[in-house]
Amino acid sequence: MKEYFDGNTSALLLLGCPKLPVQTSVALYLSKKLRDKDIDVMIAGTDAAINLLKVADPDGHYIDNCINLDRCIEDVAEKRVSFDLTFVFVHNDANISYAATVNKLMNTKLFLIIFGENTKELVQSVDFECDKIIAATTHNPVPLKNKIDRLME
Amino acid sequence: MSCIEKMDHEILLANSSFKEAKEFIKKNFKEVYYVDPGYKLFDIYMIGISDIPIAVDEDYLVFPYTKPCHGTFVLKIKGDEELSKLKSK
Repeated sequence: MKEYFDGNTSALLLLGCPKLPVQTSVALYLSKKLRDKDIDVMIAGTDAAINLLKVADPDGHYIDNCINLDRCIEDVAEKRVSFDLTFVFVHNDANISYAATVNKLMNTKLFLIIFGENTKELVQSVDFECDKIIAATTHNPVPLKNKIDRLME
Repeated sequence: MSCIEKMDHEILLANSSFKEAKEFIKKNFKEVYYVDPGYKLFDIYMIGISDIPIAVDEDYLVFPYTKPCHGTFVLKIKGDEELSKLKSK
């Protein structure tokens, strides 16, 4: 997996509903790890999900560019933007649909970060090509952090 | 809020999975067209797993509408010019 982080220059982090606390923490952490590898990071999410990031990182130490989720889908569908890597945060069925959509619209290396209480069911519903980072956690970000570390190092 | 939510609409199914919404449309409507994710309908770009169903019911369109926090809804909205666009696809 390490090779994916050594030649690519852009990444999209597509956030799901911010209901589960681990999402914001892991998104900040992953954004920082990608930036450390000179990868430009765009983060897409609902207004609430983006505001959680911006309030947690007001000086932009870990995040650069954020965009509303609907606007991001529009830009991707209209081929205005494309990303080498895409990470989709998944803890419900709707997030799977968003992942399938960007997978169809872009030629990108797709990773699903699957977490929450229904990881088994969510994994079973994925029928498209992607890599999965899975941890059945809702509050504690460390299991996902450790898996991201292993993926990138 | 998307413009589509401000349009006059009826919710036929709420807070479902995409698969449930797809089955609902296939089961309850005869004239069904299929589009790819990203197809533009009104002001939205459709979200879903391949072959997204859109049913035509007289002057209305019936289709799945996915929101990240609330799952997938099946909406019924007057089709207007979207009807001919869909049929000519």
